[in-house]
Amino acid sequence: MHITIRLFARLREMSGAGEVRRSLPDGASVRAAWDSLVNEFPGFDDYSKVVACAVNADYARMTTALSDGDEVAFLPPVSGG
Amino acid sequence: MPDARFRVTSDRLDANAVSSIVSSPDCGAVATFIGVVRDENGGRRVLWLEYEAYEPLAEKTFARIDEEAGERWPSIGLAIHHRVGRLEIGDASVVIAATSPHRAEAFAACRYAIERIKQIAPIWKHEHFEGGEIWIEGATADPADEDARRMAFAQCT
Repeated sequence: MHITIRLFARLREMSGAGEVRRSLPDGASVRAAWDSLVNEFPGFDDYSKVVACAVNADYARMTTALSDGDEVAFLPPVSGG
Repeated sequence: MPDARFRVTSDRLDANAVSSIVSSPDCGAVATFIGVVRDENGGRRVLWLEYEAYEPLAEKTFARIDEEAGERWPSIGLAIHHRVGRLEIGDASVVIAATSPHRAEAFAACRYAIERIKQIAPIWKHEHFEGGEIWIEGATADPADEDARRMAFAQCT
């Protein structure tokens, strides 16, 4: 299946892209998507304990199962206001 | 259908316009909070800020904050507008308007909203200061974290 990954703030800068596409096995979890980024981009693992995630613009868990066409977002610690 | 109460925008914010969205004849109180870009942070001289948001989730998060506040203070109305893009010193980054028949609930809900925005809204500030730049990173955004929610309520009483 193919998914779109959205990255923000420092994660976006470290990866060099706000949006990347990935192919994952059917039924893969959000964590599998994250792990693929950790393997690819230096510095991402620093965020493994603090990153939040969303699927199709709703908050999700790392254990959430993904479907073809999903948009996954990884959110570093926030600083709005 | 977008909800005019909850917006992320690159346009300049207008506190009166945000207040008017939730004002009504039965509301005797309008509490507004305006977050403004400051020229100093942690000993650094700030030059400007760049705000970034995951906009659809940020707007949903504002609606969620309204639902949470409404459970505690059923009489309130709440509007939250947050700006993104480059902001100069003195620019408003966020405007919150809380309305209620009486002032206590309006003040409390307004305070609650800004505390929750800082905890869970998917928005980031990139600080450009004299000599460098840094992404400000605060709380891990977890709306299900009940301890964080209790801490936000504790600020309001």
